[in-house]
Amino acid sequence: MLHVIILLPFLLGVLMLMIRQNLRFHMGWMVLPLPAALFLYFLTRIPLIRAGDNILDSFTWMPSLGIDITLILDGLSLIFVLLITGIGALVVLYSIYYLQKHTDGIRQFYIYLLMFMGAMLGVVLSDNLMVLYGFWELTSISSFLLIAFWHRRERSRYGAMKSMLITVFGGLAMFAGFNLLYVMTGTYSIREIVAQAGTLTANAMFVPAMLLILLGAFTKSAQFPFHIWLPDAMEAPTPVSAYLHSATMVKAGIYLVARLTPLFAGQSEWFWLVSLTGLFTLIYGSFQAIRQTDLKALLAYSTISQLGLIMSLLGLGSAAAFFAGTEEAVFYSMATSAALFHLINHAVFKGSLFMVVGIIDHETGTRDLRKLGGLMSLMPVTFSVAVIGAFSMAGLPPFSGFLSKEMFFTSVLNIREFDLLSSGFWMQFFPVIAWLASVFTFVYSMILVFKTFGGKLQEAKLDKAPHEAPLGLLLSPVMLISLAVVFAFFPDLVSVPLIEPAMASIHNGLLAPGTNFGVSIHFWHGWTPEIFMTLGVIAAGTLLFKGYSRLRVLDREASGRNPLNRMYDGSLQLLEKGSRRLTDAYMTGSNRHYLLYIFSFLIIALLAVLVREPGISLGMEHYAPLSFYEAVVVAIMLLAAFAVPFAKSRVNAILFTGAVGYMVTLLFVLFRAPDLALTQMIIETVSVILFLLCFRYLPKLKKQKEPLRFKLPNLIIALGVGITVTLIALAAMGSSPFKPISEFFLKESYSQAGGKNVVNVILVDFRGFDTLFEIMVLGIASLAIYGLIHLRMEADLPQRQ
Amino acid sequence: MELVMAVAVGILFTIGVYLILSKSLLRIVLGTSLLTHGVHLLLMTMAGLKKGSAPVLGSADTYVDPLPQALILTSIVISFGVTAFYFVLAYRSYQALGTDEIDSIKEDKE
Repeated sequence: MLHVIILLPFLLGVLMLMIRQNLRFHMGWMVLPLPAALFLYFLTRIPLIRAGDNILDSFTWMPSLGIDITLILDGLSLIFVLLITGIGALVVLYSIYYLQKHTDGIRQFYIYLLMFMGAMLGVVLSDNLMVLYGFWELTSISSFLLIAFWHRRERSRYGAMKSMLITVFGGLAMFAGFNLLYVMTGTYSIREIVAQAGTLTANAMFVPAMLLILLGAFTKSAQFPFHIWLPDAMEAPTPVSAYLHSATMVKAGIYLVARLTPLFAGQSEWFWLVSLTGLFTLIYGSFQAIRQTDLKALLAYSTISQLGLIMSLLGLGSAAAFFAGTEEAVFYSMATSAALFHLINHAVFKGSLFMVVGIIDHETGTRDLRKLGGLMSLMPVTFSVAVIGAFSMAGLPPFSGFLSKEMFFTSVLNIREFDLLSSGFWMQFFPVIAWLASVFTFVYSMILVFKTFGGKLQEAKLDKAPHEAPLGLLLSPVMLISLAVVFAFFPDLVSVPLIEPAMASIHNGLLAPGTNFGVSIHFWHGWTPEIFMTLGVIAAGTLLFKGYSRLRVLDREASGRNPLNRMYDGSLQLLEKGSRRLTDAYMTGSNRHYLLYIFSFLIIALLAVLVREPGISLGMEHYAPLSFYEAVVVAIMLLAAFAVPFAKSRVNAILFTGAVGYMVTLLFVLFRAPDLALTQMIIETVSVILFLLCFRYLPKLKKQKEPLRFKLPNLIIALGVGITVTLIALAAMGSSPFKPISEFFLKESYSQAGGKNVVNVILVDFRGFDTLFEIMVLGIASLAIYGLIHLRMEADLPQRQ
Repeated sequence: MELVMAVAVGILFTIGVYLILSKSLLRIVLGTSLLTHGVHLLLMTMAGLKKGSAPVLGSADTYVDPLPQALILTSIVISFGVTAFYFVLAYRSYQALGTDEIDSIKEDKE
C-alpha cells in the first residue's frame, strides 16, 4: 500500500504530461484530489499507529547490494506524511487561485510539485538508507526546478543554482555517511542499524559517519552557515516557498536528525553539535530577519531561525539518552516533544504566513515593507490570518506558538541541570540565548504585522489599488491558521495521537516497557519561570520594536550583501578562476611540455620503486664474457648515435641514424640472430632510402639556437630516462627465478611443426596470430600513407613545395 | 657483455629522448628511430646473451633463445610501419603548414 502511495504522485505527473495543455479548467483541480485523498488515508491510520503498530511494506529491489524498498509508517513518519499531504493539498488549492490558468509552464509546475511530493513521501517513509538518499536527492532536484520556475529571471536561476549546489553538497556528504554506517553494520536498513546502536560507538568510523550525516541534515534544513540558499530560494513562486521552503523540504534534515537520534543520541558530540548549531541558527536567523525589507526574505530568515529552534530542541532531547530507563530520561525527553510540537506549529503558521505574503504581493504588486502599510481595513481577512500567524510565531497566547514557546523555555531551563563533561556553567547560557532569540522573534513578527497592515496607506507607491483577495485565495490560509487556534485550545488533539507515538519512535528503548512518555501539553501551567520569561520577551520586544522604528533600519538600504553570501560567491569565483589558472598553467599546448611531464613521471615512479625495493642483485655472475668484436661494434654504434644531435645538415643526421641501424644489424649477427639481421638490414636500407628519397622535400635542419634554459631540462630528463632504463635492465637481469620456455620451442619445432628454423616456426606456427596482425599493421600504415599523400581536403592550407 | 649492452641501451634511450624533446619534426622522427633500436637491443639483452648456435636446428648442443628473436622481428616490422607513417606525416605537415617547428603547429588560442 505504501509503495502505491509513493508512486501515485509520480504516476499522476506522467498522466499530466499526456493531457492537453489548454484545459477548460485550471490544471490544479486535477492535482488537488490526490494529496487530499492521501491526507485522509493517513488520518485513518492514526488509531493503528497510536496502538503502537507500524505499517511495514517491503519490496525486493537489489538484494545483492542489500538494497530493498522497505517502507515503514511509524509515529515519526506519520507526522511528516500528514504535513506533506495536508499542506500539499492546501498549497495546490492556493496555487489554483494564485497562478493564472494560462501561466507559461503551468503544467510543468504541477508536475514538479507532484514529483516533489512523491520524493518527500519517499524520504520520510523509507527504511533503507540508499532509497532514502535517492528520494532525498529527488527533493533537491525538484526544488531546483521549482525555484527556477520563472527561468527567464536571472535571480531565479541564481537562487536555484545556489540551493542545488549547497543541498547536493550536503547530500553527497550524507551519502558517504550512510555508506560508513553500512560498512560498520552490514545493512542499509535503519531499523537494523538502530538495533545495533550500542555496539557501534567504539568504532573509529562512528563519529565521521555522524558528522557526514549531520552535514547533510544541516544543509537541507538551512542551518548556519548553510542557510544562505534559503533566502535566495524565495525567487520561487509563493506556493512553492510556502510548501517546500517552510513546511516540508527544509524539515527533511530535521526528520533525519530525529530518525537517527536512537543511533547517535548518547554521544556528547551529537548533543553539542545539534543543540549548539540549532541555537546559533536560531539567534542568527531571528536577528537577520529584523533587518530585511522584503517580506519573503523576512519569512525566509524566520524559517531559518525556527528550524534552528527545532534542531536545538532535538539536540537537547538527545540528552535523555544518557539516562536510559530512569526518571531523568522522561525529564529531558520533553525537549523532543517540544520539537515535534513546534514542528507542526511552524508548518501551520509559516505556511499560512507565506500565503498571506503571496496575497499581499498579488493584491498590491509589492512585497517591500517600505512601500506597504495601512492594509488593515482594506484586507481584514488577510490581516486576521497574518495576526494569528505572527502572534503564534512570536509565541503569544492564545495561539499554538505560545505553547511550543513555553515548552522550549522549559527545555532550556531543564538543560541547566544536565551536567555533561562538567560543563554545568555553560549550560546557563542556553536560556539566555533562547530568551534573546525570542525577543528578536517577537520584533520581526510585529514588523511583519504592523509595517504591512498598520500605519498609513501609501497609495502612490503601489502599482494596484489594494483590496481584499478573492475567496479562493483566502481559503487555504484561513483553513491552515485556524489549526493554530484549535491546537492552542486542544493541544491533546496533537499530543496524544501524534506526538506520543513519534516520541516512541525517536526515543525507542529508552523507557521501561509498559510506561509511556505521558506527553501532555497544557495551555496554562501556573506561575512558572517560563511565564515570566514570556512576559519579559513581550516587554523587551515591545521596547525594541518602538526603538527600532526610531532607528529606521528599514529606510536604510539593507547594509550591504551578507558576508556569508559574499564568501559563497567569492569562493565560487575563486574556484573557477583557480581551476582556469591551474589548467592554463600546465596545459600549455606545447608538445614538449607534455612529453616532459610524461618522462619525468616515468623516471620518478620507476626510480622510486627501484629505491624502495631492497636487495636488488646486479647478478654479475650470469653475465656472458665481453668479446672484442662486440665491443667495437657497440662503440661505433654509440659514436654514430652521438653524432645525430650534433649533425649540421639533415642528410648527415639521416645517415648517422642509418649507421646506428646497421650497427644494430651487426650486433644481431654477433648475437646469432640471422633472421633479425636480415630483416633489420633490409628495413634499415628501405628507411634510409625513403628518407633520402624525400630528402629534397624535408625541412632544412636549422641549427638549434634554443637557449640553455630550453636544452638543459631536456638533457636532464633524457639522461634520467637513460639511467633509469639501464638500472632497471641491470636489476631485472640479475633476478629471474624462472627458466625460459624456449626449451619447448627448440625441442618441438621439428617434431611438431616440421621446421628447423625455430624463429620462423614461432612466427608462423606457434605464435602465428602475432604475425597476422603485424601484417595488418603494415597494411594500415601503407593505406594511411597513401591517404596522406593523395587525399587533400579542398580549401587546404597553402601549399609549399 | 650484458653490462655493456645495458649501458649502450641507456645511451640510445638518452639520445632518443633528447631528440624527441627538441622542436624540429625531423629530429623527433629520428629520435623515435633511435629509441626503437634501443628497445630492440634491450629485448635481446634481457633474454641473456649466452653463447650458443643460431636457432636453426642442426647438430649443435646449445642454441640461443629463439623467442625474443621472434618478438623483435615482429617489433621491427611494426616500428618500420609506424616510422614510415610518422615520416610521411611530418613531410605532409611541413608541406601544408610551412614549418617544422612542433610548437608553432598549435591551434591559435584566439
